[in-house]
This record gives sequence, C-alpha cells and structure tokens, in this order.
Amino acid sequence: MNEFWEAKVKLQWAELGSSYDVVIIGGGGHGLATAYNLAVNHGITNVAVIEKDYIGGGNSGRNTTVIRSNYGKPEPVRFYQRSLDLYRELEAETERWVMHDERGLWWLAHTEAGRRQERSRAAINQAFGADTTFVEPEEIGRLIPGINLDADGEFPITGASFHAGGATARHDRVNWAFAEGAMRAGVTIVQGVKVTGLTLDGDRVVGVQTDKGDVAAGTVVGAVGGHATTIASMANVRLPIRTHPLQAFVTNHYEQTWDAIVASNDLGFYVSQTARGEMLGGSHIDPQPSYSRRSDHHFINEIARRIVALFPFMGNLRVLRQWTGICDMSPDYTPIMGYTSAPGFLITTGWGTWGFKAIPAGGEAMAQLIANDETPELIAPFSIERFANDRTLADRGSSGTH
Amino acid sequence: MTLRITCPHCGTREIDEWVHGEIPVVPDDITDADDRDVDRAYFHNNVEGVVREAWFHLYGCRRWVTLERDTRTDAFQ
Ligand SMILES: Cc1cc2nc3c(=O)[nH]c(=O)nc-3n(C[C@H](O)[C@H](O)[C@H](O)COP(=O)(O)OP(=O)(O)OC[C@H]3O[C@@H](n4cnc5c(N)ncnc54)[C@H](O)[C@@H]3O)c2cc1C
Ligand SMILES: [Zn+2]
Repeated sequence: MNEFWEAKVKLQWAELGSSYDVVIIGGGGHGLATAYNLAVNHGITNVAVIEKDYIGGGNSGRNTTVIRSNYGKPEPVRFYQRSLDLYRELEAETERWVMHDERGLWWLAHTEAGRRQERSRAAINQAFGADTTFVEPEEIGRLIPGINLDADGEFPITGASFHAGGATARHDRVNWAFAEGAMRAGVTIVQGVKVTGLTLDGDRVVGVQTDKGDVAAGTVVGAVGGHATTIASMANVRLPIRTHPLQAFVTNHYEQTWDAIVASNDLGFYVSQTARGEMLGGSHIDPQPSYSRRSDHHFINEIARRIVALFPFMGNLRVLRQWTGICDMSPDYTPIMGYTSAPGFLITTGWGTWGFKAIPAGGEAMAQLIANDETPELIAPFSIERFANDRTLADRGSSGTH
Repeated sequence: MTLRITCPHCGTREIDEWVHGEIPVVPDDITDADDRDVDRAYFHNNVEGVVREAWFHLYGCRRWVTLERDTRTDAFQ
C-alpha cells in the first residue's frame, strides 16, 4: 500500500434516514468496525453509525496505538491475539494503508515480584497462543537503545517479558479504513448528530432520539467509549463502569530510530516512537472519575521524572503536545460486550485504556453476535453477567496503562 | 492547569494532595439483598454532571471533606 492508494480514501457521507436494522451509537473504532463487519461479512447493510462529533474524535483518535496480546488471563489472551492477527491482515483486507508496524513490546520488571509477574505472563501467553518470552537484564541492555538498566539506582531492571507480536498502527487511518469500507458497502455514517435518548417499548429499545430527529432500529448498539453509562442509563441499564481521564504526550523529533515499544508497570509508563520521530508516552488514568478532557502539569511532571530515569536521552527532548481522552474503565480491566437486560440494546464497552488493539476483533465479534443472534464463544466470558455470577477476569497488571 | 480543591481547613491545594472517594449509592429499586451486594461491589452511578463525593486531604489535614463537582468540567460547586 502507498500514498497514491491512500489519496483515494473517499468517505461518502449520507443523510440520516428514519429507520435501520441496526443503529450504532458512536463513531469510534468499535462502532465503525462493527458496522464494517455487519455490511462486508454478513450482508447487513441497512445500518447507521451516529457520531456526535467527528469519527475517531473520541479515544480511537487519541490513543497511543499500542497493539498487543500479552495479557494475563487465558480468555483475554485468546481474544487479543485474534485482534492482533486481524491487524496483520487489515491493510490487505481494507486495501488501505494503516501504517501497521510490528516491532515487539518490552514489559519491564523492577522488583522480584515484577520479575515473577513477567515470567508468568510469558508462560500464560505461550500456552494460549501469544508470542512472549522472558528476558534477563543483560540482554535487555543490549537490545533496547539508550536504556539505563539501574535507573539511577531507584528502579533497577530485574527482567522483562518480550512480546514479539507487539505493534502500532496509525489510529486515524484505522478508523477511516473501517469507515470507508462500511460506507462502500452501504452503511450510513453521520457526524455531528448526538443521540439524546433511546426509544423504549416496555423494556425493549426500538430506536434512538437525536438532535436531528428520531430513528427506528431493530437493534441498537452502544459504542460510545467514556459515555457508556450515560447512554445505557437511557435504556435503564446500569453499568459497572467508571469514566476516568487518560493523558498522553509527544516530544519533539528524536533524530534516531528508536524501534522498541517499552512499558513498565512498576514505573507506570510506556513509550514508543511515532512515524514522525516523536517520542510518544503515556501513563495511568487520573485517579478521579471525570468526563473532562483537560490535560494537566501534574501528569507531565510525574511521568517525565520516571521516563528520564530509565531513558536519560529523553531528558533532552521537549514536550510538544499533550492531550486527554476519557476512558470507560471496567472493575476488572476486561471488556464488557454483548447483550444487556434491555432487549434490542447491545453494548461494547469496558475498553478503558486498552481498547484500540481490540477494534478489529471487537467489531468482528459484535457483528457476529448481531447477525446470528448468539454470543460468539470468543467473547462469551466478557458478558456483563460475569459480575453477578462471580466470574470477573481481574487483569489490571496487563491493562493498567495501554 | 492542575486541578485545585479548596479544603475548609487548609485552603486551596493541588489535587495530588488528595485522595478521591466515591460515595456509592445503590438505587432504591434494587431490592434483592444479593443484587444490592453485587451493585455495591461493582456498579457505579458514574454521573456525567454534578456528583457528591468524598475527598481525603492526605497530604494536608488528613480529614475527609464532602464536596460537589461537575464531572463534565471538574468545577467544584
Ligand atoms: C491517551 C489514551 C491512550 C490510549 N492508548 C491505548 C493503546 O496504546 N492501546 C490500546 O489498545 N488502547 C489505548 N487506549 C484506549 C483506546 O483508545 C479505547 O479503548 C478505544 O479507542 C475505544 O474505542 P471506542 O470506539 O469504544 O470509543 P471511542 O473511540 O471513544 O468512540 C466513542 C464515540 O462515541 C461518540 N459518542 C459519545 N456519546 C455519543 C452520543 N450521545 N451520540 C453520538 N455519539 C456519541 C463519541 O464522540 C466518540 O467518538 C488509549 C486511550 C487513551 C485516551
Ligand atoms: Zn485539609
């Protein structure tokens, strides 16, 4: 794929009609990929995606684009590995260049407990199909350029897991690739239309109300990222979600090629280099729930100190931009997908700080569920029922930051 | 700008001195005792608007303060 092809990306905007088989609320990656799969793989084309701002204007255009499957529980490893495999084929599948770049991801440990965690991550990954191995500090020093192994004595590196499949892709291009493919197959996508209510017939959701009129729907999908609770409450569905801001930054251009993706749980940050040469970093969510996307100095102060301890070269760079998205955090750091207590209303949420990598498999699974009216095996463990059934999938150590 | 919270005892301080505390409210229409436990353990009101919450002034007077905040803007009321 090359720039000439890319120039041909053509988004065909349509007018919003008054009735669809499926209405998807939210034009983020999950909504768009669901629409794409419905139309392209299941022939369900009477579909509308309703986005209040612009497509990819939520977290799907604000994330740090890490793709990986090195999770800590069998069910998520399988699911994210499916998504990682689909990302590998996404350019061929959509005929669009998404700048997919597989370069491997390092997850550093700085304590004995962290070392044990990365060892067990490697073992679980191998058992369930993800390519992850444990690596000793000496080798880390040889393979990650510019790393300070003893981190000024404060956070000495005790080992790492190396996830060979770790990758990045340009987020906007992923969103546009799914949007364009869906539009070509007949899906209506509208921007600047806000869903303000859901139309109920008893418990059943039969349509959406928007600031541009009402739309009837056979099935409504809530794919609204940080606004999941607000939309679900319109169907009297209560969610285990809290919405928290997550911040990220890029520096000015760093002239050397820095090919790694590096994460650290103990230090709570991760960093990679963008195609433009910027160093891109992120950290944990802000501790207070909020729908505000304001960025702050506290975040930059904290993360800069920790990053520079590990990568002294970054001390010479300048923060160029900083931004924030609001994340739909689930209590167990695992997604929540599928049916709700309201017939006709499906959700795809709990994507928190980790849902970009899940866009291809998430869209595939939601479309299968809608087309077959049956939950695919791959996402059955992610049902909202798991909280009442005591089947949570606690995996914070794999999802806390990216 | 870093978010600032006004403590009735100590004055206006930056947010990193504080620990956020949710005040869980299980809706009255959940009546079954088990269901109420599940709701209290996992579910949230996650209000997009004005919310009443507790803040602990950890690096100050070490007291809990109840405040109202608009989660859309982070403005304290
Ligand atoms: C700073 C940051 C870094 C991240 N880094 C990574 C990473 O490295 N790897 C990774 O896998 N994940 C990462 N994530 C998480 C990832 O970005 C999200 O989980 C993912 O993009 C969620 O996609 P989505 O489609 O569910 O939601 P979104 O992309 O947020 O889309 C939801 C859309 O719904 C729209 N909407 C909301 N309410 C309404 C309404 N009432 N009517 C109509 N439309 C509405 C919004 O405008 C928005 O466009 C990161 C997130 C952030 C914020
Ligand atoms: Zn005080």
